[in-house]
Amino acid sequence: MSKWYIEKGDQGDVVLSTRIRLARNLDEIPFPARLDVNGKDKVNSLIKTALFENDSKDFSYIEMKDLTRRQAVSLAERHLISPEFAAKKDGSALMLSGDEGVSIMLCEEDHIRLQVMKAGLALEEAYDIADKIDSLLDSRLNYAFDERIGYLTACPTNLGTAMRASVMLHLPALTRCGQINRLANTVSKLGLTIRGAYGEGSRSSGDIYQISNQITLGITEETAIANLKSIVLQLVGQERAAAAKMVKNPADEDKIFRAYGILKHARLLSTEEFMELISLVRLGAARGIIDVNIEKINELIVNMQPATVSVANENADTAAARDAVRATAVREALA
Amino acid sequence: MLCQNCGKNEATTHIKQIINGDMAESHLCSECASHLGYSDVFSGFGLNLSELFGGLLGDTLPSISASSAPRCPRCGTSFNDIVREGKVGCAECYRAFYDKLLPSIQRIHGKIKHSGKTSHSVPAEVKVETKEEKIEKLRQQMNEAVAKQEFEQAAKIRDDIKALEEGGEN
Repeated sequence: MSKWYIEKGDQGDVVLSTRIRLARNLDEIPFPARLDVNGKDKVNSLIKTALFENDSKDFSYIEMKDLTRRQAVSLAERHLISPEFAAKKDGSALMLSGDEGVSIMLCEEDHIRLQVMKAGLALEEAYDIADKIDSLLDSRLNYAFDERIGYLTACPTNLGTAMRASVMLHLPALTRCGQINRLANTVSKLGLTIRGAYGEGSRSSGDIYQISNQITLGITEETAIANLKSIVLQLVGQERAAAAKMVKNPADEDKIFRAYGILKHARLLSTEEFMELISLVRLGAARGIIDVNIEKINELIVNMQPATVSVANENADTAAARDAVRATAVREALA
Repeated sequence: MLCQNCGKNEATTHIKQIINGDMAESHLCSECASHLGYSDVFSGFGLNLSELFGGLLGDTLPSISASSAPRCPRCGTSFNDIVREGKVGCAECYRAFYDKLLPSIQRIHGKIKHSGKTSHSVPAEVKVETKEEKIEKLRQQMNEAVAKQEFEQAAKIRDDIKALEEGGEN
């Protein structure tokens, strides 16, 4: 079965994926930062029981302390968990659906961080799934909720719906014409934020950005999603127009084909170089001037991240070894 | 050294980042650094909201000395702890420090009233406290009715408010 982060979904030339994240806490128990390992284990087992009592045989339960650092980081590289969660050990656990489309982080910053991921632009569909799982858990657990300020979360920036809807966008043309800063300013006025692919504090790698709603209190889930969707569609339109112009410019066209050439023949590729070049190739493929399918590129972008390379190849435990493994895999994929 | 991003200008901004334990160094010219969001942390990249929240609280409220500070009855967190960490200790903290937290919540979200999905497990004590908000809502309706010159309707709402204020039905 093809994973959500590889598939090409709606608006798939520009939109990589969609994610809905809901933060929830149990009322009687302090938030994870105030709990010791025993306290966290208790919370995890309560939530696990609540989920498994229902039809959730599909979920696997993973204790973070049982993972190696690389396995944990690889989960973050696939956006199944947050980078902060990858560093957690005792007392944190992950429930992951078979298709990796639903992940539930237990005792991250909040007791429950429920994430639903979909390929392409699919905000309503993803929210629908998240909403159903959330309602199911709500019927079995005593959520921390206040009628005035909504779902109670460790960080007050998440109060209200405690929903963060994000869309992962590939914006190589807008990045190259220097539009991203201007866009960041504009969307921040609309209650949205643009960040690098790995969330808070991360910079963009491979021209991949994450745009999400910033405001969660006083705005319904539906409105927040509709706002985000309309801005994303505008960005998609702008990126397409900028990209169409770019591929007609001989200097840029040359850059795209040079990038393709290097990826097809290089013997060593660092993550940074790979991301820079594959971004150009993806642009070329999305605009139809390079004949490589987008799914294959999406798959490479995920599988060529450092920890994921190391997990898949036992020998690739140094950066130099990884660079060689990466170059070989890329060559084979693009041959 | 030339900028790693454009390869044209002299690199003047040197950035060391540790991501997932791996160190990455970047050398950029000032122009590219600004494009990539390194020059101004408030441009939308790298903005840590919880720190900002702590900052907001710190701005608005004088610090209370640790000994006299009231603490959350459930988890023992003081309001100073919340200011320092930008994080709240438990659900009860929100009830214990509700009035103190509210101005900052308003500054973050622009609003202080939740709308959207509600949980089934709303504790009874909280429901009682929403009486003031019921009154506030009725007041707004009354003002709207007055504005539309629907005085009969406005008088009816006024009576409802009075009944609520006198501690009638909850």
